[in-house]
Amino acid sequence: MSDSSDTYFIPEPSRWPIVGTLALFLTFIGGGMMLNGSGFGTFILGMGIAAVIYMFSGWFSDVIRESMAGNYSKQVDISFRWGMSWFIFSEVMFFAAFFGALFYIRVLSVPWLGGEGAGFATHMFLWPDFKAVWPLLTTPDMALAGVESQYTAIKDVIPAFDVPLVNTILLLSSGVTITLAHHALRKDHRAPLCWWLAATVLLGIVFVYFQIGEYAHAYHELDLTMKSGVYGSTFFMLTGFHGFHVTMGATMIFIILIRSMKGHFSSKDHFAFEGVAWYWHFVDVVWLGLYIFVYWI
Amino acid sequence: MSDAAVHDDHHDHKPTGIGRWLFSTNHKDIGTMYLIFALTMFFVGGAMAMVIRAELFQPGLQFVNPQFFNSMTTVHALVMIFGALMPAGVGLANWMIPLMIGAPDMAMPRMNNMSFWLLPFSFTLLLSTFFMEGGAPAGGWTMYPPLVFQLGDGFPFLIFAVHLLGISSIMGAINIIATVFNMRAPGMTFMRLPLFVWTWIITAFLLIAAMPVLAGGVTMLLTDKFFGTAFFDAAGGGDPLLFQHVFWFFGHPEVYILVLPSFGIISQIIPTFARKPLFGYSSMVYATASIAFLSFFVWAHHMFAVGMPLAGELFFMYATMMIAVPTGVKIFNWTATMWKGSMTFETPMLFAIGVLFMFSIGGFSGVMMGITPVDFQYHDTYFIVAHFHYVIVPGIIFGIIGGIYYWLPKWTGHMYDETLGKWHFWLSTISVNVLFFPMHFIGLAGMPRRIPDYSTQFADWNAIISIGGIVFGLSQLIMVWVVIKCIRGGEKATDEVWEGAHGLEFTLPSPPPFHSFTTPPEVTEASAHS
Amino acid sequence: MSVDKLKRTVLGLIAVSLFLVSGAVLAEYPLNLTEGVTETSHRVYELHMIILYVVTVIGIVVFSVMTWSIFHHRKSKGAVAAQFHHSTTAEIIWTVIPILILIGMAIPATQVLIFMEKTGDAEMTLKVTGHQWKWQYDYLDEDITIVSALHADDRAAAQIDSGINPESIDNYLNNVDNPIVLPIDTKIRILTTASDVIHSWWVPDLGWKRDAIPGFINDNWTNIKKVGTYRGKCTELCGKDHGFMPIVVHAVTKEDYAVWIEEKKAEKAEAALGKDMTMAELMEKGATVYAANCAACHMAQGEGAAGLFPALAGSPIATGPAGDHISKVLDGKNLMPAFKGQLNDVDLAAVITYERNSWGNDAGDMVQPSDVKAAR
Ligand code: HEA
Ligand code: HEA
Ligand code: HEC
Ligand code: CUA
Ligand SMILES: [Cu+2]
Repeated sequence: MSDSSDTYFIPEPSRWPIVGTLALFLTFIGGGMMLNGSGFGTFILGMGIAAVIYMFSGWFSDVIRESMAGNYSKQVDISFRWGMSWFIFSEVMFFAAFFGALFYIRVLSVPWLGGEGAGFATHMFLWPDFKAVWPLLTTPDMALAGVESQYTAIKDVIPAFDVPLVNTILLLSSGVTITLAHHALRKDHRAPLCWWLAATVLLGIVFVYFQIGEYAHAYHELDLTMKSGVYGSTFFMLTGFHGFHVTMGATMIFIILIRSMKGHFSSKDHFAFEGVAWYWHFVDVVWLGLYIFVYWI
Repeated sequence: MSDAAVHDDHHDHKPTGIGRWLFSTNHKDIGTMYLIFALTMFFVGGAMAMVIRAELFQPGLQFVNPQFFNSMTTVHALVMIFGALMPAGVGLANWMIPLMIGAPDMAMPRMNNMSFWLLPFSFTLLLSTFFMEGGAPAGGWTMYPPLVFQLGDGFPFLIFAVHLLGISSIMGAINIIATVFNMRAPGMTFMRLPLFVWTWIITAFLLIAAMPVLAGGVTMLLTDKFFGTAFFDAAGGGDPLLFQHVFWFFGHPEVYILVLPSFGIISQIIPTFARKPLFGYSSMVYATASIAFLSFFVWAHHMFAVGMPLAGELFFMYATMMIAVPTGVKIFNWTATMWKGSMTFETPMLFAIGVLFMFSIGGFSGVMMGITPVDFQYHDTYFIVAHFHYVIVPGIIFGIIGGIYYWLPKWTGHMYDETLGKWHFWLSTISVNVLFFPMHFIGLAGMPRRIPDYSTQFADWNAIISIGGIVFGLSQLIMVWVVIKCIRGGEKATDEVWEGAHGLEFTLPSPPPFHSFTTPPEVTEASAHS
Repeated sequence: MSVDKLKRTVLGLIAVSLFLVSGAVLAEYPLNLTEGVTETSHRVYELHMIILYVVTVIGIVVFSVMTWSIFHHRKSKGAVAAQFHHSTTAEIIWTVIPILILIGMAIPATQVLIFMEKTGDAEMTLKVTGHQWKWQYDYLDEDITIVSALHADDRAAAQIDSGINPESIDNYLNNVDNPIVLPIDTKIRILTTASDVIHSWWVPDLGWKRDAIPGFINDNWTNIKKVGTYRGKCTELCGKDHGFMPIVVHAVTKEDYAVWIEEKKAEKAEAALGKDMTMAELMEKGATVYAANCAACHMAQGEGAAGLFPALAGSPIATGPAGDHISKVLDGKNLMPAFKGQLNDVDLAAVITYERNSWGNDAGDMVQPSDVKAAR
């Protein structure tokens, strides 16, 4: 292939896509078997995940090699930008499904179960003792069985102005540090670039650490689990998927950090950095949504 | 394929062997694989439809037990929608978009490969559930909880198959957007894009906005079943209807994801055979965009009977009715394109005309169902089945078939057999109406959908429907024959292929070189819109 | 014969035969929505006819124009293509006219919808609960419960290789063992809900259908104007036997309704006495209860369905201690519904005894209504 940057770079046939496909296939087969209670499934799942990691490292090293060889023209760069932006948009829509579920549950289904509006008959005949409150700790079936959640001071379940606030500050600062890293990169100042990146990774890790602590607290002391009704469901699914994204983002920033140390980026040409930075900001914004709607209001 | 059309040898070395397909980064090869896969799935899904129609040929149970019947209905729909129609659309997009906008290939060729290969594996997961304890999914393609939780070991595989499909579609859509936004030849402005390209950009946006929501929805199903969450369980404060909202928030845009590429195809075909420029180009673009936009606000018309508050029912009724307006604009524009044209009726044109008439029939029943109080009666009867098969089979499949006939000479370098093509069209058109029109009657008269056995007053119509189904199914074998024959040889196709054809794809040789436009062509106002 | 001529002949034949077939069918079968027997259903029917005519007329106009342009502007007739491609006036016209038509349809639709949602001031309340695969009706004002499942004759015919011709059964698949009775000229509030999965309660003659959703209750109403028997179906996919859970409503005069209520109350009092029964009585009653309530899953001969529903023939529960058996049926487990709310002591005692002593099970013991009562 030509390495001039006038023509659009079309890669040679590559084995990574099919390796990736097989890896995902294996992962899902393993996952399915595991969920169906087969121990062997866990093994296959592990192999699948390993294969996914292998694929990513292989694919991305090809990309890095091509990028370093100067194969990517301005136009290719723009393709990547479109690609990354719309990928992030698809992630936004994925979270939108869960936020939508949260709103539906809080605004419609829980009040209905509690007898508001269209839920009058539902409440009267099916869940007479249920009270619609949020966060929901005494679920309709508990109310029906006459069981109360032991935690009555509901607003204090996961207080917004405690660890979550710290986490908000952590993530917001990590948005700042990555921007500072970007500024350093644009001026070709490699040392500050690396330091700011390292700071970002660190903030991400501390965030996840606190999050895990919060989960442990919820499970062990608050009796708030995935199984404890919709409050637990929405809480853990939203924060859980977010935490997973933070972990992925931090990993990516870590890779960018290593590449920065190797001097892969120039002040002009560093899309990989920017793509990851966009992703990090997206994770940040999702957190703000979470903070407001899951913890605060 | 012939090698006659090689102009630039340096760029035209093709990879060989199985590696050419497994590792492909070529939009044409990937497009071909998509199309072959889609055709295969069409036959798999069609075979399931034949099981359905065989069982429904007479009242009483003859061949399959009710559980298996439900699996047939469910998997038929999943296979047809996700395995046949969507891949066919993406396959055509892969083949044609780079040719139409003057690009060398898709923007991200490796990702393109992965989008394709995920599909066969995803369907392997889905179809393997037939051999699992508890059988294949049988809760309807809509996967409503709590029924879907009653599926046995197949359950996680159903969910994961949907995840894989989602990943595939999202990657495909991102690729199309990047290609169209970034790889247009100089002078190919947005308002000069062929309509097929336009409909595909809009479809791609719909995909990126809708598929992740479905992925989220089925993820909640998974956690409800295996991890004790209560999204869809009233006992924990959730609501089974929540899933329906999530599903249809995806599901309604999904039907436009299916239909828009077909609209794009007939917008290419009709001007060619009317020998007249497309009427109202810009209003076509805006109408398509409005359809897509509105499609996010009508989802609950699938849920009128669930007992929504009055305000919701009214809102979704009005929004649904509004979609008829931009769709009407498109229908009228196509009609106006034919008006005072110089019409000939080659097979692609016949199929396009078929779309105009029969899609409209499906659209009319759609508007009827959009009227909430009467939909209380129509809902979940064969009237619905009639509606969506009209919009889907003669509305979309016909469009795709038309596209295949239209571009087949371009792809293979040979003209197809016109006589056989016409046979295919007429047999399909007659049988498809025998197949789906009487469904309106039995639906109105009270036959529910998704039942393996029915009351005797519906017997005669069902027999007729089944006969129509068999004839329609068999007629599709003609197409396979035509395609194979055309690949093997036949009269040489010119570059332009059709007398009235315009567009960059018709400036390339037939078949086009392995790498499309290695040097981008110049596009001018005149060359774009004539 | 030339290809063209052959084609025409074939097409002609198909067209003619279609016409004949459909003519014959048209004469014999209803093709349209029922007008029904309530004010709602009449209004819905009228609305349906209006929009049907509207879209038919639109269709005729649009299709005529299409057909005309297709045939009039044929190249073979020497048509030369004009090159116009735009007309703002035309675009405006065909945007505005459909909008007006749609507004015209939306107004009556809104009126009917508002009318249908007026659930207040009902004279009696019927609570309908969908179960896999039967309907339970609670007459809330009378404290009467009726469980209504597909009639055994229909079920017997609706099997693969049953050898029974469906045509030999009147209203095939539309018969139940216990039809419900409702008074006419009474505003009846109908609450729908379900115990397991979503079902949907639909009697076309009443003019609406409504989903029955587990954990929620939907409010509906009807007011039947005419004495008669009205049949309907479950219309939301609810698993294997979704096609086999019909609805039969006997609409009777208020007086007849009162009589029926008294009968039902007497029956109930009888069952509540909890008198001991003989083995023969238990077995006989048990067979019918089994056919109506259990055979859908556990199959006619107790053989179950592999992977889905366990066999009862030879099952450790059905041959082990009676107490476990009773509690299993009362409380259910996973997919096995809890029957304590649906069946009375007599029915439960009978069906359990029946299961313990059929298809090769030989527990030999009897379970009496009093045993069940004690276990509740
Ligand atoms: C490609 C697929 C496709 C398309 C394009 C459509 C198009 C439309 N659909 Fe359809 N629909 C489905 C696929 C599709 N649908 C499927 C698969 C289901 C069932 C899902 C399931 O339950 O399994 C379904 C179900 C469905 C329902 C739910 C019914 C129920 O379950 O109770 C409704 C209700 O409103 C509806 C409405 C419409 C409307 C208003 C349109 C409109 O877009 C139609 C617009 C077109 C026209 C109106 C014709 C042309 C216009 C003119 C000539 C202008 C003048 C016309 C007027 C003024 C009326 N559809
Ligand atoms: C998306 C596209 C799509 C397509 C193309 C079709 C195509 C067809 N569909 Fe499908 N259908 C759906 C989508 C589609 N359908 C959906 C979404 C549902 C709802 C599911 C649900 O309720 O959940 C549905 C449900 C549905 C039902 C209702 C089932 C029920 O409610 O119980 C019926 C019944 O007649 C039916 C029939 C047909 C027929 C006869 C065709 C024909 O057009 C098919 C043509 C046949 C062939 C193309 C086969 C050709 C091959 C041969 C004849 C050779 C045979 C064998 C081999 C080669 C192995 N479909
Ligand atoms: C909706 C389907 C369904 C219906 C209807 C049904 N059952 Fe069951 N039944 C099941 C399932 C599923 C199980 C297995 C439950 C489990 O252990 O998970 C079961 C288990 C049982 C068992 C225990 C068997 C064993 O060996 O574990 C008995 C006894 C039983 N049912 C009796 C009945 C009776 C009596 C009726 C009718 C009054 C009935 N069932 C109706 C689905 C059904
Ligand atoms: Cu109950 Cu369908
Ligand atoms: Cu829709």
